Amino acid sequence: MKILVCVKQVPDMESRFKVNSEGVWYDEKDLAFKLNEYDEFALEQAVRVKEQLGNTVDITVLSIGPDRVVEAIKKGLAMGGDRGIHIKDDHPWQKDPWQIASVIAAFARDKNFDLVFTGLQSQDRGSAQVGGILAELLGFACATTLVAFELNGDLVTVRQELDGGMCAILKFKLPAVVTCQMGLNTPRYPTLPNIMKARQKELLAFPVTNFIGPKNLAATERMYLPEKKGHGLVLEGDVNEVADRLVGVLKEKTTVLR
Amino acid sequence: MKALLICEYRQGKLLESTYELLAFADVLAAERVMLLVGTEAAAPKFDGKVYLADSGVYGEFNPDLHKRLFLDVVQKEHPDYIVFIHSPYGWDLAPRVAAALKAAQVSEIIGVKEGKFEVPSCNAKLRRLVSPRSAQVVLTIQAGAFSPQGKPAGTPQIEQVSIEAGSSRVEFIGYEAAEKKEVDLAKAEVIVSAGRGVGKKENVEVIAALARALGGELGATRPVVDAGWVEHTRQVGSSGQTVSPKLYVACGISGAIQHIAGMKKSGFIVAINKDKDAPIGEVADVLVVADVMQFIPALLARLKK
Repeated sequence: MKILVCVKQVPDMESRFKVNSEGVWYDEKDLAFKLNEYDEFALEQAVRVKEQLGNTVDITVLSIGPDRVVEAIKKGLAMGGDRGIHIKDDHPWQKDPWQIASVIAAFARDKNFDLVFTGLQSQDRGSAQVGGILAELLGFACATTLVAFELNGDLVTVRQELDGGMCAILKFKLPAVVTCQMGLNTPRYPTLPNIMKARQKELLAFPVTNFIGPKNLAATERMYLPEKKGHGLVLEGDVNEVADRLVGVLKEKTTVLR
Repeated sequence: MKALLICEYRQGKLLESTYELLAFADVLAAERVMLLVGTEAAAPKFDGKVYLADSGVYGEFNPDLHKRLFLDVVQKEHPDYIVFIHSPYGWDLAPRVAAALKAAQVSEIIGVKEGKFEVPSCNAKLRRLVSPRSAQVVLTIQAGAFSPQGKPAGTPQIEQVSIEAGSSRVEFIGYEAAEKKEVDLAKAEVIVSAGRGVGKKENVEVIAALARALGGELGATRPVVDAGWVEHTRQVGSSGQTVSPKLYVACGISGAIQHIAGMKKSGFIVAINKDKDAPIGEVADVLVVADVMQFIPALLARLKK
């Protein structure tokens, strides 16, 4: 069985963001990048399929982006991926989800993948589109927002999360693209021996121009910081003084301390 | 301009969020046509055309068949916009419909500015203004971003729609509810919630102690529940409980939209977070900029006096 896991590297969401000089994306300077959280669930599930079925499973970990994304691919290999594919693109944010999905589809089309795992969405752009478009382009079955995944032969049973704590149970046959939600599993931490082993694994790089097909269907005209709504009081400084002030505010504005 | 609005229906009922689609179409000043996979009894209250596909035939949640139904109506109506709620149903179907039409998709719209669509990025710390470049465009709107004015009213003009059901690759087996709500947070006057910023499971006890000191209940965000630090029955947010206590204290919670949706109606909101720019600050009446594990013990010491 051949599995493809598509991962993205994103900034730490606790960062302080600035807009870049073109005004259409964030400035990458001073940002720490990490594996997109939803893609960690995708990687973990792929590795669990390999543990279930044994060494007949081959896992390819793919990422599009500048050289920094090799770190994300290597983490996937240390978690249990077999080979890495780096599609080199210095400005991936200039591509809309349609183009990104088209690049992945162009890579994947003749490779006979049975199963494609990816995150529900990226933490930076948050469009939740690439998985669905990719399924459509490859002509695969598709299920999204998964919180449970079970494979029996070529039959997949999943729990897809809906709103308000409800789930839909769906069944379908491979090949399929599935997108992973928080709660699907607990991603493992790569162990030191596995990190060392990952260094020996195959990691191929291709320029994105090898896979370019259709043009963007949408463009970011402008990126900006949201206007701060006149939000309430900000208290900072010595924790003891701040605690005193907060108790005062709670006594004045609420009835809970009376 | 015409907007085809995709209704959401579950377990025999139209979801209220459907009316937000009408409010959004008004912002676009677009002609409104709706599409429901459901039953006639649950049709939206709306003076206009509603395409109805029988959920008894096509399933309440069968993305494959629903996609084909939507494409069939798109062929009939030639809408400029096909609009979904940015919900798990919309996440699932919008990209597939867009890809099938080779249409642009803009996700999680919160506003329309200069004829372009405003969407959040990076956990709502940034905004993007997006312009689609295709003739037909698929849109998803953030739940709660476009509020309907007044009570829904009207009598729809129903037009049945059917396709050859044929084989669907995906089979809908049924729904499953999450665990029972043993803790009814909706009744609590005070809720003190733990987010990922509390650091580790052992630290949750400090948050619980603050909840007790304030006579309230412990709540939690989704990541904290998924990590097994707090039981699921205490989860606040769109995939947990929606609450409106007199006082809500958000500890180490950055403020993902799904969490804010579940607590923004609280009477008074205190956020404790070391990240001054965290989006929780947008809804907080008081933002305490501090590490929760340093601040809460100091606060507890004062509350015990």
